[in-house]
Amino acid sequence: MKYQSQKIALAYFGVALALFAVQILGGLLAGWVYVMPNTLSELLPFNIIRMLHTNSLIVWLLLGFFGAAYFLIPEEAEREIHSTKLAYLQLIILVVGTLGVVLTYVFNLFEGNWLLGKEGREFLEQPKWVKLGIVVAALIFLYNVTMTVLQGRKTAITNILLLGLWGLALLFLFAFYNPENLALDKQYWWYVVHLWVEGVWELIMASILAYLMLKLTGVDREVVEKWLYVIVAAALFSGILGTGHHYYWIGSPGYWQWIGSIFSSLEIVPFFAMMAFAFVMVWKGRRDHPNKAALLWSLGCATLAFFGAGVWGFLHTLHGVNYYSHGTQITAAHGHLAFYGAYVCLNLAIFSYAMPILRNRDPYNQVLNMASFWLMSSGMVFMTFTLTFAGTVQTHMQRVVGEYYMDVQDSITIFYWMRFGAGVVVLLGVLLFLYALLVPRKEVISTDATVAAE
Amino acid sequence: MSETTVFDDLPGDLMIWVLIISELLVFGAGLAAFLAVRITDPAGFAAAQDMLSRTGAGINTAVLVTSGALAAWALLLRKSGRRGKARITLVAAAFLGVVFMVIKSLEYASKAAHGIAWDTHPFFTFYYLLTGFHAAHVVAGVVVLLLVAWKDAPANIEAGAAFWHMVDLVWVLLFPVIYLLR
Repeated sequence: MKYQSQKIALAYFGVALALFAVQILGGLLAGWVYVMPNTLSELLPFNIIRMLHTNSLIVWLLLGFFGAAYFLIPEEAEREIHSTKLAYLQLIILVVGTLGVVLTYVFNLFEGNWLLGKEGREFLEQPKWVKLGIVVAALIFLYNVTMTVLQGRKTAITNILLLGLWGLALLFLFAFYNPENLALDKQYWWYVVHLWVEGVWELIMASILAYLMLKLTGVDREVVEKWLYVIVAAALFSGILGTGHHYYWIGSPGYWQWIGSIFSSLEIVPFFAMMAFAFVMVWKGRRDHPNKAALLWSLGCATLAFFGAGVWGFLHTLHGVNYYSHGTQITAAHGHLAFYGAYVCLNLAIFSYAMPILRNRDPYNQVLNMASFWLMSSGMVFMTFTLTFAGTVQTHMQRVVGEYYMDVQDSITIFYWMRFGAGVVVLLGVLLFLYALLVPRKEVISTDATVAAE
Repeated sequence: MSETTVFDDLPGDLMIWVLIISELLVFGAGLAAFLAVRITDPAGFAAAQDMLSRTGAGINTAVLVTSGALAAWALLLRKSGRRGKARITLVAAAFLGVVFMVIKSLEYASKAAHGIAWDTHPFFTFYYLLTGFHAAHVVAGVVVLLLVAWKDAPANIEAGAAFWHMVDLVWVLLFPVIYLLR
């Protein structure tokens, strides 16, 4: 660790990992409700469990991004973070807000209150006071990192990272606009949801991935930067008008069907480029970095993002296909692998890379960490397959044959059982990852063949 | 990295080529979709096509291709050090872009006067989407040409001219497929 203020990242990563555990437990519980539908139906209804599962995901990914920014910006800008105090204040605001959301929803506090009550708009459920807190935290963050970058060295990685983070914060402002008209409500809602995950988050992803490649493979900065610009251009070119693939059936004019189909088909390009980038860098790289786990997570991120976001997204993005598949388990399959590949793996990659440095020690437990990658990833991939099959059967029975929704759900229970099993494997992977990252061992396993393994 | 790649042989900046390829993919996909939907209703598409002004579009083709030639000529002038002439040529190219837009606007106005909108027929959905997106690129191209006439480094003119040729190329593809193909 070259700069003291990089230490801020440790607190962010810690909270992120705790929420990651909550997210997975929530997901497992939701998966259980799918097969045993009356579980906790009075105490903690499914819609609340699902909200906790998705929101804790978003919050921990964001905390991971913030932590990653605090970790890599000092090194890139070659100076300390502008204000350490502000960075911790930002974290406290976000944690208080998160606890506020959980308590408000679990106990249904202040129902109907404009400022304090729950809002119920998917993913933007936070009560208004929490939304305001998020904006304040985002402003603090942007002020803090922008000041650092402006006074320090400017690199393509920090420029793209800041572009992504500024976009993230500005687009969140649409969360405050909620028109009465349901079609308009959805239109602006996607400005946050789509333009986050298929727009500015991709910039953040590409820049963090570029940073990891730079550190782990030792390829020249110029080469990394050239790739980064191409990836970012492809992401914005396809992603912005790709928003149209959400406007097929919400009451928007029909021309969105063609705009959405054509542009969102190209959204696979940046993900392919990121995968090609990661592998080409590793092949070209001369550096044999000791942190093999971080490299595995980086390559896994690029690969699974290509399949989850790129291929599984393309599967149902054409409006002729989506007419039948819309809102079935196909969507759930895509959502799970896309988030896991693109953003979960990315965060776990930067955690695996940064944590040993932040704690000033060698990367311990590499084998366990890598085992957790395979466990978690195979669990997620299997889950994606089961949900894809479930969704295919569901689409046929419900949308083609015309059977009732609940009858169809009954007949695909077997897939939900397999999904639950996959969820258990993912949880085991998460526990192993947490152990590998957080619990230190006395020594590194020696690469010297003459030394006996521990 | 010292090794050279094919990308190093491209004239102009790599990023302008990334943009050009992306644009061609979008317009290509749009034309492919147009032709695919056309199979479902050849008679309806032919009848709708007869509502278009082929003469106006033909004149526009000549206007845009001439403008493209001027942009390419401007780069040659700039490279041989005749900055003033290069700038005038770029402004002339941009002016022809404006002429294209005037003719295009007259065409849109006449459609509107006949009560034709994007949802009149699938043909017109594609007509408005493809020519509308293209027209937006012409407007952007005019701005780019004026920008590089002002900031007239050869690399800038080269990038601007490359973009303008892409706009040209797309029109030369749209014109026969949408206006002429029977």
